[in-house]
Amino acid sequence: MAARSADVTDAAGLGRVRATAFVVPALLLVGAFLVFPALWTLYLGVTDYRLTGLAAANPQFVGLQNYVTAIGDSQFRNALWLTILFVLGSAIIGQSFMGFGIAWTVRSVPRLVRGVIETLVLLAWILPSSVVAFLWIAYLGRGDGTLNTLLQTQGTDWLLAHPMQSIIVFNTWRGTAFSMLLFSAALNAVPPSQLETARLAGASTLQQFRDVVFPHIRGHVLTNTLLISLWTFNDFSPYLLTAGGPNHASETLPVYIYNSALYGGQLGYGSAISLIMLVINLVIALFYLRLLKERRT
Amino acid sequence: MSVKDSLAADHIVAVMVRRVLFYTLLTLVAAFFALPLLWLVFTPFDSTPGLAVKLPDFTLDNFRLLRGNPYAMSSLKNSVLISGGTMVMVVVFGALAAYALSRVRIPGRDALLYSLLLLSSIVTGTAAMVPIFLLMFQLNLIDSRTGVSLVLTGGLLPAAIFILKDFMDSTPRSYEESARVFGASPLQVLRHVVLPIARPGLATVAVWAMVNAWGDFLIAFILLRDPEKSPAGVVMYTFYNEGGQANLHLISAFSLLYAIPVVAMYLFVSRRYGFRFYGGIKS
Amino acid sequence: MASIEMRGLTKAYPGGVTAVDQLDLTIADGEFFALLGPSGCGKTTLLRTIAGLERATSGTLLLGGRDVTTAAPGKRDVAMVFQDYALFPHMNVTDNIAYPLRIQKVALAERRRKAHETAEGLGLAELMDRRPGQLSGGQQQRVALARAIAYRPQVFLFDEPLSNLDARLRLEARTFLKRLQGELGVTTVFVTHDQAEALAMADRMAVMESGRIRQVGTPSDIFHRPANVFVANFIGSTPMNLLPARVAGTAAGLHLMLGDVRLRVPVMAAGLLHEDDEVLLGSRPEYTDLSVDQRPDSLPGTVAVVENLGAAALVSVEIGDLMVQAVVPEGDEPRVGEPAWLTPQNARALVYRRADGILVANEPESPAAERTVPVTA
Repeated sequence: MAARSADVTDAAGLGRVRATAFVVPALLLVGAFLVFPALWTLYLGVTDYRLTGLAAANPQFVGLQNYVTAIGDSQFRNALWLTILFVLGSAIIGQSFMGFGIAWTVRSVPRLVRGVIETLVLLAWILPSSVVAFLWIAYLGRGDGTLNTLLQTQGTDWLLAHPMQSIIVFNTWRGTAFSMLLFSAALNAVPPSQLETARLAGASTLQQFRDVVFPHIRGHVLTNTLLISLWTFNDFSPYLLTAGGPNHASETLPVYIYNSALYGGQLGYGSAISLIMLVINLVIALFYLRLLKERRT
Repeated sequence: MSVKDSLAADHIVAVMVRRVLFYTLLTLVAAFFALPLLWLVFTPFDSTPGLAVKLPDFTLDNFRLLRGNPYAMSSLKNSVLISGGTMVMVVVFGALAAYALSRVRIPGRDALLYSLLLLSSIVTGTAAMVPIFLLMFQLNLIDSRTGVSLVLTGGLLPAAIFILKDFMDSTPRSYEESARVFGASPLQVLRHVVLPIARPGLATVAVWAMVNAWGDFLIAFILLRDPEKSPAGVVMYTFYNEGGQANLHLISAFSLLYAIPVVAMYLFVSRRYGFRFYGGIKS
Repeated sequence: MASIEMRGLTKAYPGGVTAVDQLDLTIADGEFFALLGPSGCGKTTLLRTIAGLERATSGTLLLGGRDVTTAAPGKRDVAMVFQDYALFPHMNVTDNIAYPLRIQKVALAERRRKAHETAEGLGLAELMDRRPGQLSGGQQQRVALARAIAYRPQVFLFDEPLSNLDARLRLEARTFLKRLQGELGVTTVFVTHDQAEALAMADRMAVMESGRIRQVGTPSDIFHRPANVFVANFIGSTPMNLLPARVAGTAAGLHLMLGDVRLRVPVMAAGLLHEDDEVLLGSRPEYTDLSVDQRPDSLPGTVAVVENLGAAALVSVEIGDLMVQAVVPEGDEPRVGEPAWLTPQNARALVYRRADGILVANEPESPAAERTVPVTA
């Protein structure tokens, strides 16, 4: 039927007034703790706000000074670069490939084995971050962790010697579950009859993948990549492992913001960087939405 | 052996080699995921815990030690308070909003929903930690567990509303209309009909919110000062980050206690409702 | 007194769609009334407007003499049974049936007792502890009915009560519903898109199209004297033959000309036609006689298709560019390719004005003349 007015879908007879009252509390909370901070960053970023000292009591407007400083600051550029590496290594490459690989291989494996593997992968994802961070600290050990015992490399403190590699491997381990679940669902949705047609025509596994499976999951690959990139970009757990060290060697952007703004007290400067981060998030998210919309039509 | 026989034999060998490689690979992957986890399973029950994993001599002493540590136990309590508070707020405010948005045509509804969702993906804890810190500072809510709950709720509500609204949309309106024609007032309709029917969706969102809040580190870390108010995530971090030797007796037992509720809740939801959350997004 | 009166009832949606258009209708107390029409004709909207789930844009609605046009849905003393029955899945049968009484603040023990009472009358006594999910479609329907009955309303509203049932069950349920309504004597309005259902169950019915009522009357009226071409086409399990003709005449009398075939003017239109009128001659296949021998006042043609209907056959005869159908009793089926002559029964045939599709007919002589509706296979 054609367009229906408000009273038709309002099955319980709430009415506009009550409905608005229902929505208001949620909107207030979201407005206060999500919208307002985001907008406030715009203002804070152009002041020299600090937690202590003169500027705390009387913040001055400094225009784009913070942004200029940021671009010139080698530590900021370092943080940005490390974050790109982090996202590239652990999300775009690590989690995607591993997630897909596992989803692909467990299809042809007995149910018990599949269950065990999926459970292990999922556990890595759902355990609280402080716990998994310590599990990896223990694993990588300060010289005598499990990994060292296995690889007979006693004395190597991986987090100190190879911080970026460590956190990249860590994050791959941590987040593979999402990609695995997503690709599992996507692979299940590939019509078996098409796969069988290819197989009967003599296609090898690789050819089946290229000709039947990949076209079906191509859209998922992209949306998955965008989503996990967004999450990884905002991930704070490197702090739990290395706190950005040694000597800023693993100081990704989230850690850098914490260290300079909240630990170091430069709130105006920190806000400017936060804004940059928000903008990057916005770009990725819009990209993602555009892709979703395209997929839907 | 004839040519044909030897070819067949080669083929069988090839298949077997492939099979062996396949399972080796699978074992490696399983090991990759399992090894770090092993520490959590064994060490809490070990009387001489070390960083490397070893088979434990089964003992519960570490847990007794944990019970004696005031910070550990109070932090678990704080975790319960914060997660519980967040869960209640997310479910109550989220459900109310989702129902209203599902049933009543408010102008700009669809735009509102999508911008909410967009917002929550963009304004993450890390991207907004500075303004949130300042905001709570101005509101005098620093060092307040309620403050932490409020911030977490604000971050979780958009997704919760999206999911619950979706759920309500797929519930037929005839139940509510039927009750209404029988004379029920709108609030009675909500109580008698809507709430019971929405229970699975509400339960899932409740667990999801709780798990998210339970595992939170950042918000509690930046907003709380007093260790007696800090939840388990933060306290656990301070346990292994303080100068000097980390007390592995405490840390191992504590991690297990901290981790178990999450695993239990996940099992509960997926068994009861088979509803899997892919990071808050239904595939 | 629970009659339903609608005066000028209109329901329009923003955006220009008028679902119900200036409706005037009176339903008598105790009547089993059908709203029939194709999908989108507004019948469900009308039903929901009576229930109060939709607000009328203008007009008046009276229930039992009381103006309820703006009354809230729960205050109209009507009970509605939805197409999907809307049984609350989290309550068992007893609580479902007792629900209206719960709203009326009847005590728990008392309303459960009443629920049992009502349920027994419908053969549901064994099922009282089950949940709706554990019931069959027919059982669910009876529970929904029991719930409506427990409410003791002045009016029952049924939205497509039979469409969720299997075909076999549907026929049984038809008889069951008709009998139930007869016993209860409560004014009932039901919506259906199935014309056979409406004809079988209703005391009176309204055929709707695009928000308007095209005809109101007893099933017999509507079947034998459809007021316009729309109703003629909609009613009847086999479509009515509508043949374009022209009125021609001599001083002795008028007749109809189809091409160069002469046909008698039907009895019902006697004295109402004028020379050179352009008309449509309507004749139901059930009331069209077929003969393999030449007859006067009949249409000659060639048998094209013979369809077996069980105890009868539907024969399609090609006459010029037209395909005209007749129902022939078993045993008399002609062969394909044979010549045949079709004669519309003079007492049953109808004449419609070509321009606006309106029936040209005299008032019926006696109301008792045509009471029954023939059953087709």
